[in-house]
Amino acid sequence: MTDNSPKAALPGRRAVYEAELRKRSMRIAVLSTLAVVAAIAILVPLAPGWDAVKRSFFNGGVFAKTFPGLLNAFLLDIAIFAWSLPLIAIVGLLVAICRDIQRPALYPLRLFAMIYTDVFRGLPVILVIYLIGFGIPGLGLPRPWNSPYIWGSLALILVYAAYVAEVIRSGIESIHQSQRSAALSLGLSTTDTMRYVILPQALRNVVPANMNLVVALQKDVALLSFVGPVEIFRQAGVYKSLYANFTPYVGAAIIFLIITIPATRYADYLMHKRRRQQQ
Amino acid sequence: MNALLRLTNVQKAFGENQVLRGIDLEVARGEMVCLIGASGSGKSTLLRTINLLEPIDDGEIRLDGVDISEPGLDPQPVRKRIGLVFQSYNLFPHMTAMDNVMLAPRRLKGLSKADLAEPVTALFERFGLADRMGHYPDQLSGGQQQRVAIIRALAMQPEVLLFDEITSALDPELVAEVLDVLRAVRAEGITMILATHEMGFARELADKVCFLDRGQILEAGTPEQLFDAPKEARTRQFLSQVL
Repeated sequence: MTDNSPKAALPGRRAVYEAELRKRSMRIAVLSTLAVVAAIAILVPLAPGWDAVKRSFFNGGVFAKTFPGLLNAFLLDIAIFAWSLPLIAIVGLLVAICRDIQRPALYPLRLFAMIYTDVFRGLPVILVIYLIGFGIPGLGLPRPWNSPYIWGSLALILVYAAYVAEVIRSGIESIHQSQRSAALSLGLSTTDTMRYVILPQALRNVVPANMNLVVALQKDVALLSFVGPVEIFRQAGVYKSLYANFTPYVGAAIIFLIITIPATRYADYLMHKRRRQQQ
Repeated sequence: MNALLRLTNVQKAFGENQVLRGIDLEVARGEMVCLIGASGSGKSTLLRTINLLEPIDDGEIRLDGVDISEPGLDPQPVRKRIGLVFQSYNLFPHMTAMDNVMLAPRRLKGLSKADLAEPVTALFERFGLADRMGHYPDQLSGGQQQRVAIIRALAMQPEVLLFDEITSALDPELVAEVLDVLRAVRAEGITMILATHEMGFARELADKVCFLDRGQILEAGTPEQLFDAPKEARTRQFLSQVL
């Protein structure tokens, strides 16, 4: 095949040099990684307590027996996550919009939104889960309203919606004033300006930041175990007592990572893409 | 002659900075007025007060005899009648060129996309952008974006169109295409007020040219009067710098 176009020509001097550089750094990276892994593999088993740790944390038999049960319990984590997420998105968006309200008659809404975000961002998640998860069922409500699933989820929703609201608000503030001017100059109302011009851009800008919150929520579902639901973390605790072995916790960790690592990578990818678009 | 737009003693300050110091201006229906003057002389602020984006501190602005500068007045109905085109285009980046143009008529005149398809397409065709309707702003050149911005303002069929140095952000070779659009708009007989640095263009098309200096209209007249026989020393000085 003969092709005389410039693209098919031999690589230039610079390309040859850079390819050589890339090959060299690749070799160095592989070698140094292998060296570190080998050092860990040789040195860690030399530690005096290694045999005991291996037995109680990395026990193959216990792992095989408990892993299916853990996976099953993880379905509950996913369920709680799945019904909390849309509610968090809705509440977060509403609170963010309330914080931007200018009309004096609606000032109470704005004040409420401010207090709400301050309070729920200022408390440890676990504390909110305890207060709501134990406090409200303590009122002696009839079934199913005494369910820890409901009130535990509510605690998560309240906390995460506060964070989402702040992220969205920062997105709204990041939209340049000239966009608002342009919309208003056409005669659009402030509501239409927010709905059609500001919010669509703001929400798009904060997708990566919200994605990070989604990953965090995925993990924090495990905190609900403290008020009752037998989700994966609690199930791992049950197995731990049963087999007098910590391996189920390692199993639970692996299950979490299978979900959270790809999600985190995806969030990073979105963030990276966003930054490139803005340049 | 009954002025469509009449400004009387318009005052505007940003904090300590008195930007407009008593502007008097009359614009008749169908007239084209050019505002010239150095950066910071108050041209942009003046246009923004007419569009009610900036409330004025004192004086009054009358549109068709009605005081539109009254504090507390709802600005929305007025803005529908007075369009503004910005130096930095300010298109909505998340919408196509066509959606940018259709948004205001859809929301304010209750028209559907189907209702608007024909007139909006006609506007794009007239300004040589028929093949760019589906593009997003970041896929358009500066000159194309500014032409879309002009179409967006025209689509509301305003009685007055304000242009705020709309060619200043453009590369020199793109200025001509935007000026061509302005000529076409001028031919429609829409009342126009331009803040501009394009002196040749002002001389060619304006009915009246006003020289703004430190928040005041120092001198006003026909292009011939102002460019060929300026009375004020500061006008002469400014013109000698820009011509």
